[in-house]
Amino acid sequence: MSIAITTQIICFTVLSLVILIGALGVVLLESIVYSAFLLGGVFMSVAGLYLLLNASFVAAAQVLVYVGAVNVLIIFAIMLVNKKEDLKPINDIKSRRIISTSICLTLLSLLIRVDLTNVWSLSSPQNSIGEESTIRIGEHLFSDYLLPFEVASVLLLMAMIGAIVLARRDVMSKDISTGLPVDQELIEKSSEPLLTNKN
Amino acid sequence: MEYGLDLEYSFNEFLKGFGLSSEIAHIIWLPLPMLLVLVAAVVGVLVTVWLERKISAAAQQRIGPEYAGALGVLQPIADGLKLLVKEDIIPAKADGILFTAGPVLVLVPVILSWLIVPFGQNLLISNVGIGIFLWIALSSIQPIGLLMSGYASNNKYSLLGGLRAAAQSISYEIPLALSVLAIVLMTNSLSTIDIVNQQSGAGILSWNIWRQPVGFIVFWICALAECERLPFDLPEAEEELVAGYQTEYAGMKFALFYLGSYINLILSALLVSILYLGGWGFPIPVELIAKFLNLPINSPFIQVFTASIGIVMTVLKAYLLVFIAILLRWTTPRVRIDQLLDLGWKFLLPISLANLLITAGLKLAFPQFFGG
Repeated sequence: MSIAITTQIICFTVLSLVILIGALGVVLLESIVYSAFLLGGVFMSVAGLYLLLNASFVAAAQVLVYVGAVNVLIIFAIMLVNKKEDLKPINDIKSRRIISTSICLTLLSLLIRVDLTNVWSLSSPQNSIGEESTIRIGEHLFSDYLLPFEVASVLLLMAMIGAIVLARRDVMSKDISTGLPVDQELIEKSSEPLLTNKN
Repeated sequence: MEYGLDLEYSFNEFLKGFGLSSEIAHIIWLPLPMLLVLVAAVVGVLVTVWLERKISAAAQQRIGPEYAGALGVLQPIADGLKLLVKEDIIPAKADGILFTAGPVLVLVPVILSWLIVPFGQNLLISNVGIGIFLWIALSSIQPIGLLMSGYASNNKYSLLGGLRAAAQSISYEIPLALSVLAIVLMTNSLSTIDIVNQQSGAGILSWNIWRQPVGFIVFWICALAECERLPFDLPEAEEELVAGYQTEYAGMKFALFYLGSYINLILSALLVSILYLGGWGFPIPVELIAKFLNLPINSPFIQVFTASIGIVMTVLKAYLLVFIAILLRWTTPRVRIDQLLDLGWKFLLPISLANLLITAGLKLAFPQFFGG
């Protein structure tokens, strides 16, 4: 066994362990902040797996999108609304746990069945495109995957406009949560810096 | 374009001369460039800290450090030693694990990004295909470390500083990535080596700064904001937030933040010089010099000359930019947080988008000037 293969196996084992333990931690830990940071660790390890599979562009995109954007956003939201409060006890917690466990186990068995029955076409290392993958991804995005790519961008645009409408109260005449008419003067005042009125 | 010294090849051949297998030679070779780059980064930080102290003193008509070595050049080393031997304090109500992990998460991505900084045709750790994209991806990890240390300090100033830092680096990352994209569009490659080679045709005239003036300015502003340098140092604005996310840190953990911010500054300066100022290229093409001296381009003298002038040029350009950054820091006032976000989202983002569009149009119209 050559040194390169040994290194690969060690990396794969470590990454898989980190992913498994981290993912369990995300679900099982009580502290939501720890869960969010562990989620970042899991995303990073998945990026590491992509690197092992010779897909460096996908790995970097994974880090940029999932760690740099999604996870930061999650942590940001948690920190802005991080109130220290005890959660209310849920009445039928036992039956809920049983139901969710059984659903998860069913999904797991389904995945295992797919894994066992499917014939995986493993490409040899000679056929892997490696560094060229960036160009291939670009070609696919602008030819056979053009429609999904564009539809996704329209979806994102809609989400963004929706977020702007929700965040900017002054474009609405009524408050969304209470239904009362919006005090436009208050909005004007809040968008001005405090010191400009003091002469 | 494959000229230049290949140190790895000669080193491996040298070791094979002692009867070692090529695999073992490769393993012995691997840590050498990494160590070299790490040492270069740390020495770069020491030089920058000294420059910062001296230039700020000059800007404020003081003398600055004078007694530690000639002109105070040993002052940064004294600072570093002081931080090394200081007591490591974790506040009683802080979250110990996150408090320790935060500074590490800030520093490690910055150092990893040095992977792609070329000092010459073969003088970089790894010419990875995704090149400059790796730097963009890695620099997006940093806000997590900042948020982590801000949260773990259990201090309102720290939390506010961490939140500000994250908001700032998210909003400035987008125009930064867009202006890099315009360069990549012209180069047809993400690799830093290709980006420099594409600018090497006619010396100073072919540098990207002439073809991407808007991109250059946008990139420089965003790089300063990413490094949290004044005028964009809101996360640690001392009049409002004591020291932001660093407030509770002392000793070596504080030094990690300090190192991280200075290494990041040098890295940004290096990347500006690679993307816009021709990287290791000399203002006059080396081919012309070789022709003038009547030497073939492959002669050993020209090879060594090219390699050494490459390192000197890269460092010189980077430090010129560091000088500008220091001068900016000590002469400009700080912007307000709403001005900062306005500048990022309402000014730089549309401008860099328009720049990208115009670059794409120009590339179609004049493929010989803007990369075919």
